[in-house]
Amino acid sequence: MSIASSSTTLQTEATHQPLQRPARKPRPVAEFLSTYVFSKDHKVIGLQFLFSTLVWFLIGGLLALAVRWQIAWPWSDVPVLGKLFAQQGGQMAPEFYTMLFTMHATVMIFLVIIPILAGAFGNFLIPLMIGADDMAFPTLNMLSYWFMWPAFIAFGASFFVEGGAASSGWTSYPTLSTNVASSPGAGWGQTLWLLGLTMVGVSSMLGSVNYMTTIILMRAPGMTMFRLPMTIWAMFITAVLQAFALPVLTAAGFMQLADRTLGTGFFSPEGNIVNNWMQATGGGQPLLWQHLFWFYSHPAVYIMILPAMGMVSDIMTCFARKPLFGYRPMVYSIAGIAGLGFIVWGHHMFISGMNPALGITFMVSTMMIALPSAVKTFNWLGTIWGGKIQFTTAMLFALSFVSMFIIGGLSGIFMAATPVDIFIHDTYFIVAHFHYVLFAGTAMGVWAGIYYWFPKMFGRTMNEFWGKVHFFLTFIFMNGTFFTMHILGAVGFPRRLADAYHYETFHHLQPLNAFMTWCAIGMVATQIIFAINFFWSMFYGPIAGRNPWNANTLEWTAPSPPGHGNFDFQPVVYRGPYEYSVPGAEKDHLMQTDPPNAAAAALAAVH
Amino acid sequence: MNRLSGIFWSLLFLAVPVLGVATFAVAPAFDIWLPKDVSEHGKSIDGLFYFILALTGVVFVGTELAMFWFLWKYDAAKAKGPATYIQGSHTLEVVWTIIPAATLLFLAIYQMNTWADVKMRRPAMSPTVEVVARQFEWRLRYPGRDGTLGTPDDLFLVNDLHVPVDEDVLVQLKSMDVLHSFFLPNLRIKQDAVPGMKIPVWFKATETGQFDIVCAELCGWGHYKMKGRVTVESREDFDRWLEAKYAAQESTQPEADPSEAVALAN
Repeated sequence: MSIASSSTTLQTEATHQPLQRPARKPRPVAEFLSTYVFSKDHKVIGLQFLFSTLVWFLIGGLLALAVRWQIAWPWSDVPVLGKLFAQQGGQMAPEFYTMLFTMHATVMIFLVIIPILAGAFGNFLIPLMIGADDMAFPTLNMLSYWFMWPAFIAFGASFFVEGGAASSGWTSYPTLSTNVASSPGAGWGQTLWLLGLTMVGVSSMLGSVNYMTTIILMRAPGMTMFRLPMTIWAMFITAVLQAFALPVLTAAGFMQLADRTLGTGFFSPEGNIVNNWMQATGGGQPLLWQHLFWFYSHPAVYIMILPAMGMVSDIMTCFARKPLFGYRPMVYSIAGIAGLGFIVWGHHMFISGMNPALGITFMVSTMMIALPSAVKTFNWLGTIWGGKIQFTTAMLFALSFVSMFIIGGLSGIFMAATPVDIFIHDTYFIVAHFHYVLFAGTAMGVWAGIYYWFPKMFGRTMNEFWGKVHFFLTFIFMNGTFFTMHILGAVGFPRRLADAYHYETFHHLQPLNAFMTWCAIGMVATQIIFAINFFWSMFYGPIAGRNPWNANTLEWTAPSPPGHGNFDFQPVVYRGPYEYSVPGAEKDHLMQTDPPNAAAAALAAVH
Repeated sequence: MNRLSGIFWSLLFLAVPVLGVATFAVAPAFDIWLPKDVSEHGKSIDGLFYFILALTGVVFVGTELAMFWFLWKYDAAKAKGPATYIQGSHTLEVVWTIIPAATLLFLAIYQMNTWADVKMRRPAMSPTVEVVARQFEWRLRYPGRDGTLGTPDDLFLVNDLHVPVDEDVLVQLKSMDVLHSFFLPNLRIKQDAVPGMKIPVWFKATETGQFDIVCAELCGWGHYKMKGRVTVESREDFDRWLEAKYAAQESTQPEADPSEAVALAN
């Protein structure tokens, strides 16, 4: 009620900008294409990213199930998928298995997590949360989505070329990846992989320059940098990370492409023969790729978590009805993670053959990057302390982000310790670690974001009961799948083996792996609940109104869903984003647009 | 009803530390734990593992319990009056920055010596054996009777590594084709083999027995079957084995032209 009234007063005061365009001849096909397909509206582009990435999320999840099937019951007939792909009856070939985990990681990282955070949420939220009518460069923005399509096609088509999709791991280490004879997927599959990767990079770069420009130049009057919600801070710093790190990956990708197709030898030493095939003239160094790759891909780890951290901060404050504990330390720690993130890439290479003295340097910087993460965790705990916690679905996902991020953060310390890393490197311990950060962390943050901003996206709220069922089952199955990986890693169980049970050290681990696979199947099946809830609520959910959660930030002053141009009035910002439960205020939240006299009057009335 | 849902969700978050600790407590009983260590340096690696486990375990249980308690106590259905209006605390920020920073720095310095022992302080000796990884086997080359690698009397074997117990062993690790990783779980050794590089690996085994050699870096479709065995045995048994293998290899060789043999060995 109060929101609607405050915005109507503002609307009459502010210079009203007419949004209607002069009438034109109706051209339904062109209208449809420009509104929903080649749209330059940031919200439509954001939703395009969201739907595309959710489809790939499903594909990546099914790939993961196939991987889990082989680990639990090696060489047994694969249901459904076995008939489609496997060569030996229903049984999975080992080269098919290597392709599966390579493409699972590739799809999840490059086609799901990075584009869903920056592309979907970044696009949808940045202009709305800073009070802008759109992105700074709408055409670039449209291109950033459409450059994903060559990547979708390249990665998708690679499954059907001779030899199958790329199978040298998502890290694509030479000379396995550079020599076309090294494995079946090292032919066309690998070339398409590199092309797809480059296109994802172009898309990210176009998005990144746009986000930085928009956040710096297009904030509403009164929206100072230190009044930005954490989501926007996180998106901003993520964009900076991408802008600095991506060129290195692009260059490295082109070098690998040249090694494969033009006979250069950036990554192959002299006389390197793989499977009786000499690919390049040589004179190169396989470790060079690892340095270049991780110089991008370690910052990319933070590109894959920082936006989720920002979103979770906003959601937790809203449902704890409390200001964010330590706003500035939260901003500085994101910046600290981003800065340190550029000097820790070598911790992926402790046992790679890199100079061990260099390993010590990277170990120290890696230990230090745990610090800003710890500060963030303590501040989240400080945020729920003394709050009035509402257990909505979005809040439950946000809380589980924090709870799971603690596990993912702490397990990182084991790998950061170089001597321990000697034993657990490339075992299931690291698999547990990054799934706790990326799935139990980021994916939970993404779900929190979907449940929280769904009303703004579609004007309707999702079903809370089924949302909570979705949360509960995902939470249980997820921990069943991933927590057990820690103890598997403690045995030294190596990742990427099609069958490890013929080793004396690992032969007794099959029952545990079968348990994990059952949990993974349950986890994927649970998403059916989410899919039904998502699509049903889009059309039949309860009408949300502008501000269903009584939140403070600017997007909640706009209509749900906002029209082209976002705001039906010029938003003016008077305060920070987390003014919940201000003593003396008549309601428990002061929106960023509420004029200051309301708060001052309320305070004066108390004193 | 609302209060019940608050209780339910707080207890779910309480289950995280409870079941988490339980998993680690029960795992060793099912032998799902660090494999038996038979190396000299392994004790300090395992010690560091346990130290970090204890440290992170305390932080894990502490933070997760705090989270449970806040959810339990500050449930909106239970709380009277508004939420506490607080923007943060400078003192707390300083405390929870300094303490983790000091702990992490201590941890960083504390482990350096072990790392240096395993990867930097190479024993002054000539290589015991050269291990050359290739798709999908471990090729071994012992120096033969003259103790020097690269001479005509070198002994060539595949996947069957023997080393003497209680002695420094120096392995010269190479790769013929792609990346591999020489992983000896029981000896707490892992080192990537890189084409174009010669990487030294050393250890001292403290117990006799037969153990796995695993490839830990993806090397192609047959990565899973790149399996070897390492036999740790007494000096006498080792010498006897070496001599037997050497005799077997010699017996299969006709009177070779020495110059040809040199070319082959190089």
